[in-house]
Amino acid sequence: MPPTRKRKLDQTTSISNATSPPKRHQVEDLTREEAELPATPQTLTSDKGMDSDDDFNSVASSMDLGEEMSSSVDFGAADSDGDVDEYEDDNTGFETSAKDLVGKRKAFETDFRVYSPQDIQNQQDAQVAEVANLLEQPPEATAILLRYGRWNKERVIEQYMDNQEELLEKAGLGQDIRRNPPRIESVSGFVCDICCEDDHDMESFAMICGHRFCTDCYRQYLTQKIKDEGEAARIKCPGDRCNKIIDAKSLDLLVPADLTNRYHALLMRTYVDDRESLKWCPAPNCVYAVECSVKRRDLLKIVPTVHCDCKHAFCFGCTLADHQPCPCALVKKWLKKCEDDSETANWISANTKECPKCHSTIEKNGGCNHMTCRKCKNEFCWMCMGLWSEHGTSWYNCSRFEEKSGHDARDAQARSRQSLERYLHYYNRYANHEQSAKLDKDIFHKTEKKMTLLQATSGMSWIEVQFLEGASQALQQCRETLKWTYAFAYYLGRNNQTEIFEDNQRDLEMAVENLSEMFEKPTDQLAGLKVEMLDKTAYCQKRKVVVLDDTARKLKEGEWDLIFCTP
Amino acid sequence: MTAPLPKRIIKETERLQNEPVPGISATPHDDNARYFDVMVEGPGGSCYEGGVFNLELFLPDDYPMCPPRIRFLTRIYHPNIDRLGRICLDVLKNNWSPALQIRTILLSIQALLGAPNPEDPLNEAVAKQWKENQQEAINTAREWTKMYAQRK
Ligand SMILES: [Zn+2]
Ligand SMILES: [Zn+2]
Ligand SMILES: [Zn+2]
Ligand SMILES: [Zn+2]
Ligand SMILES: [Zn+2]
Ligand SMILES: [Zn+2]
Repeated sequence: MPPTRKRKLDQTTSISNATSPPKRHQVEDLTREEAELPATPQTLTSDKGMDSDDDFNSVASSMDLGEEMSSSVDFGAADSDGDVDEYEDDNTGFETSAKDLVGKRKAFETDFRVYSPQDIQNQQDAQVAEVANLLEQPPEATAILLRYGRWNKERVIEQYMDNQEELLEKAGLGQDIRRNPPRIESVSGFVCDICCEDDHDMESFAMICGHRFCTDCYRQYLTQKIKDEGEAARIKCPGDRCNKIIDAKSLDLLVPADLTNRYHALLMRTYVDDRESLKWCPAPNCVYAVECSVKRRDLLKIVPTVHCDCKHAFCFGCTLADHQPCPCALVKKWLKKCEDDSETANWISANTKECPKCHSTIEKNGGCNHMTCRKCKNEFCWMCMGLWSEHGTSWYNCSRFEEKSGHDARDAQARSRQSLERYLHYYNRYANHEQSAKLDKDIFHKTEKKMTLLQATSGMSWIEVQFLEGASQALQQCRETLKWTYAFAYYLGRNNQTEIFEDNQRDLEMAVENLSEMFEKPTDQLAGLKVEMLDKTAYCQKRKVVVLDDTARKLKEGEWDLIFCTP
Repeated sequence: MTAPLPKRIIKETERLQNEPVPGISATPHDDNARYFDVMVEGPGGSCYEGGVFNLELFLPDDYPMCPPRIRFLTRIYHPNIDRLGRICLDVLKNNWSPALQIRTILLSIQALLGAPNPEDPLNEAVAKQWKENQQEAINTAREWTKMYAQRK
């Protein structure tokens, strides 16, 4: 393995893992080919998970310091070895392209990692085990400490070393949880303060604080917290103003298994929510979480698209569907603007009026104020809405308005119209690609039928007709990208980079339309067009990479004049 | 047919009758043992001194897992009580514990009369006045107490 192979990743580094090869995701076109190869098992045993986290934390904390976000971060040699091993395990034909890909890492690609619920659980358990070992606290108590400290391991350990009692108290733990393992007891003379029952053999439970309640009341209380309130990480003792937090072991004693499962699912949810570097995949019913080290403050300079194992591509920054090359803040603005029809409505009110006689809508074009209603032939003055015949000799100007105000009004109208026309220019193209992408999706479903048909008529194998699916998917992805280039362009101020962007955008658009046309061809011709279609698909992908790479690189380097504050 | 009254509510009611808290009373309705007429006296030394405030209190089905519902019927000028008589009090919301009782809640309400907290307001207008001109706010509270909260 060549020692020179260092990746410049800027702020997009992810966990490096010293011992197990991380399931590195190379994005874009190759992902699909990769997916057809034998899957690499996700190796994340508990101790390895911790190593990975150590590395991650150190990277993250060094990134927290200062604003030098563009400093490159090297992956350890072991990590790179891992990568190579991973590919070498696969078929040899692919090996070269995998290596090439690593060398040609693009500016728009972000490092990330996908985790299954089991991985997340293991990760949590590993951290708990490690800290528990260090602090000599039972795992249940350690989990409470870590949740209290929002999983900032270093800080929790530091605070514990600083002032053990204070931290335990603040986190809702007692001192001697180890010496008193939780247990259900029958205490003579006990009266439950919640239900007021006092049967002498009634089972009851108390945490370290000594607030004792019967197990029925405890169970009811915990059920309400977990089921109705969705609480798990910080369920307090039912005692008045008691801050002791119920631990997993005590909970297991008190509630039925279905509730324990829900409890642990909720804990996992808070674990992911508590960590800036982890996010749930937003796809419906998807159970995976994605780890990515891009921070919120990086989002003006980077659009971190990640690809979940469920095939959903989304932005790690805002969790919307992939919106490269447009930065999150602009996407938000753009969507709001599109939603907000008021802009169009304003223009209509500024540029159209009702005929004072028949009330049909009249649009003003040109500067002349002498209006003639097309419907009723009424002649009137645009400025004052009065009858034109009453304007006497003042020709095309309304004498009832001061010259200057009339002039200003005309100017304002022209400006409002111009800005709307600009918006509509980009909006129409944006909406067109959005619409076309939907149509392309329909085409994809038709394509599946075509593929089956093609197999039957041409004698091609399933593998041989895959090019149709590939083309269809490329088409949809490129349309998505194109769509967002128009939102991007709307907020783009002109400078010497704009022309290159527009050229790239146009090239991609042409490539997409050319490929799109091929789907119109009758099925019996498709077999003969395979080579051409493969070429056009590859060309589309290439143009897309050019657009994304150019925009991402210049975004990172601040070379675009993006207008973040116009409406 | 209604469910039998839980032991907890029976005990609490008995205790409220047999060992009443000074300056506070809570009497259940004959036809609904979960519905109480409540009377709280303004604490001595406060701007509500001499006032007798009527409240209504209802114990929902999930009491004591959920807090009682309670509101002032008598008009009162207080930054943590709104025009509908609703009360902003932590133990009636997030800090409710099933170990709390009607008696402790009523004591907390009485304490709230003695220590208005304009920093956590429910009634913005009153809270603003309380912060900007406390003396005037106190005077208004006294006037309202005379006007609306006299023993009949
Ligand atoms: Zn009980
Ligand atoms: Zn307690
Ligand atoms: Zn997913
Ligand atoms: Zn985003
Ligand atoms: Zn007309
Ligand atoms: Zn006129």
